[in-house]
Amino acid sequence: MLKPLARWFHRRPLAGLVGLLGAPMAWLVVVYLGSLAALLVSSLYSLDSFTFNVVKHVGLQNYRELWQRPVYARVAMRTLGVAAAVTLVDLVLALPIAFYMAKVATPRVRRALGVALILPLWASYLAKAYAWRTFLDPAGGLLRKTLGWSPGFGLSGVVIVLAYLWLPYAILPIYAGLERLPDSLLEASADLGGRAGVTLRAVVFPILLPAVVAATIFTFSLSLGDYITVGIVGGKTQMIGNVISANFGVNNVPLAAAFAVVPMIIMVIYLVGIRRTGALENL
Amino acid sequence: MTASLPNAVVTATAVAAVSIRGVRKLFGSGENAVHAVDGVDLDIADGEFFCLLGPSGSGKTTLLRMIAGFELPTDGTILLQGADVTRLPPFDRDVNTVFQDYALFPHMSVADNVGYGLKVKKAPKAERVRRVGEALETVQLGAYGSRKPSQLSGGQRQRIALARALINRPKVLLLDEPLGALDLKLRQQMQVELKAIQTQVGITFIFVTHDQEEALTMSDRIAVFNRGRVEQVGTPADVYERPSTSFVAGFVGTSNLLEGSVASSLLGVEGTFTIRPEKIRVLGTTETTEGSETQGGHDVHAPGMVQHVEYLGPYTRLRVALDAGAVLQVMVQNTGDGVARGPGERVVLAFERRHIFDIQ
Repeated sequence: MLKPLARWFHRRPLAGLVGLLGAPMAWLVVVYLGSLAALLVSSLYSLDSFTFNVVKHVGLQNYRELWQRPVYARVAMRTLGVAAAVTLVDLVLALPIAFYMAKVATPRVRRALGVALILPLWASYLAKAYAWRTFLDPAGGLLRKTLGWSPGFGLSGVVIVLAYLWLPYAILPIYAGLERLPDSLLEASADLGGRAGVTLRAVVFPILLPAVVAATIFTFSLSLGDYITVGIVGGKTQMIGNVISANFGVNNVPLAAAFAVVPMIIMVIYLVGIRRTGALENL
Repeated sequence: MTASLPNAVVTATAVAAVSIRGVRKLFGSGENAVHAVDGVDLDIADGEFFCLLGPSGSGKTTLLRMIAGFELPTDGTILLQGADVTRLPPFDRDVNTVFQDYALFPHMSVADNVGYGLKVKKAPKAERVRRVGEALETVQLGAYGSRKPSQLSGGQRQRIALARALINRPKVLLLDEPLGALDLKLRQQMQVELKAIQTQVGITFIFVTHDQEEALTMSDRIAVFNRGRVEQVGTPADVYERPSTSFVAGFVGTSNLLEGSVASSLLGVEGTFTIRPEKIRVLGTTETTEGSETQGGHDVHAPGMVQHVEYLGPYTRLRVALDAGAVLQVMVQNTGDGVARGPGERVVLAFERRHIFDIQ
C-alpha cells in the first residue's frame, strides 16, 4: 500500500530530505533559535521605573548597569567560582570511578555500578536537593548528628550538592572514553617500561582528554545555570541563576535577559579556549 | 633434532632464554574455573625462533601473556635467562611484546611511538633520536617518523609495532599473532622479513600463531598446544612428518586417519594411523600391478572411487572413498603429464608403509 509513496520519494531525493529533516529543523529554527533571539532582543529593552512595564526602547542600558554595579560582577565571579569548584570536585571523583568501572570491575560489578549511576537521574531534581537540605541542616541535620559538623547552608553546601547532582554527567563520558581505550595500549606502555604513573600521564590522559573535556562542559555549564539548588541549600548565597529568577519575579525581564547572556558568553569563551588547545580534534 | 637447530647447539650448555616449569593458569573460580594453561614445561633456547601453535582457546596466548607479565600464573615458575620473573610486573621484565592489534599509541607520532620505551627509561634525547632513526630504518620506514599511526597501512603499523618493541633490545621478543590482520601476500612477505630481522638482531622470538603454515615456515622449533597442554615440541619437520598425537597430525597440515577395520584390512594391524595426502599416489585400476612393480616402495594398495575433485592451481585435491571404508584426501601435483581424474572414476591409492604413522 505504501509502495507507490516509497517510489515517489525514491525519485525525488530532495522531497525525502525535507520529509526527514523538515520538522526537526523547524523546531530548531523557530523554537530554539527563535527563543534565543527573543532573549537577546529583550535584553536590549528597558523597564519603566514608574509603571514596571517593559518599554521597547532599544539600547545597551541593561548591560551598562550590569557592568557598572559591582554586585553583578561579584555574583558572576562567584557563579564562575562555584562552577569551577564543582567541575574540579566531579573530575576528582569521576576519574577513579570511571577507571574502575571500565578497566578493573568484573562485568557484573560494572553493570551494577552503571545502574547505580543512572538510577539517581530518574529521581526528581527537587527531591534530591531537598534530601541534601535535611542532610546539611546545621541545626539537627544528619551530618550534624553523625559527624558533629556540617558545612551548613551556603557556598560550600552549593558546591557539594551540585557536585553530587552532576557527578553522573561527569562519570559517563569519561567511562565511555575509557571503554574505547584498548587495554592493549595500557599493556604496551607497561611492556615498554612504563609504570602506572607514566602510563596515566603519557597514554591514558592524552587519549582521554576529549572525554574529560566533554565531562567538564556538562558539569560547568549545568552549574553556571543552576538556581534551584542555590535556593534550597545556598542560604543567602546569590548566583547568576537566582538573580535572573528574582528579576523575572519583579517583571524586570530586560535585566534578567541581559544577565542570562553572561553565562552564555562564559561558555562560548570556555569552548573557544578548549578548541584552541586542540583537545576536540580527536573527538 | 638438535642437528637441524644450530642455535640450540651453540647454547646447549648455556641457560635457556625462557624456562617454563609446571605453569598453570586458572580463569574464574569454583565450578566455572577454566584451565587456560594446564601444566606446561618448555625450554626455549637463546636466539631461537620458537612458535606456540594451536587453535584459539588452546592456551598459547595466555602463556605468552604470562611470559610478558600481563597475567600471573596460578602455579609454576617462569625463568628468564635463569632468573625467576614469575611475579614481576611487565615493566621489570626484559621482554617486549608485539601486540595482535599493534597497540600503537594513536596520539603520538610514529617516532614517539618507537621512542616510547627509551623515553620512559630516560635515555638522553640525542641517543633516542639516533636509535629511533635506526629502528625505523630496520623496518624500512625511515621517512615515516612524523606521521601518526592512523596515516599508515596495516603492514606499516605492524612494522612500527616491531620497531617499537625491538628498540629496547629485549632478551626475548614476544609476538602475539602479529600477522593475523594482514592479507595473504603481505603476510607471506612479512614472514620472510620477520625471520630476516630475527636473524639480524639475534633476539629470541616467541611467536604465537594458529596458522600452521606460518609456524612451519618461520620456526626453529614449534610447540603444538591443545586444551592448555603442549602436545608436541619439535622442529617443523618433526611436527609435520612425525606427529606424536592424532591432534598434532590433524592440526598441522591435513592428515588422513586410518583406524579400526580400515587399518586392519589395509595394513593388517589394529590401531590408529595417519598418512599425509601428498604421500599417496593415485593409479588407474589397470596400472595396479604394473605400478607397484615400477614404484617398488608402494607396498599398500587400496582400491576405491573418486568422490570429489578440487582444482587448486599447483595441486589437485581428490577425495577418494576406499572400498575398505574411510574417505582419504589425496594431493596430486599438477605436473601436466598426469591423468585428470573425475568423480565416479575407479582408482587405486598406493602408499608406502614408512609414511604411515602410528598415533595413540
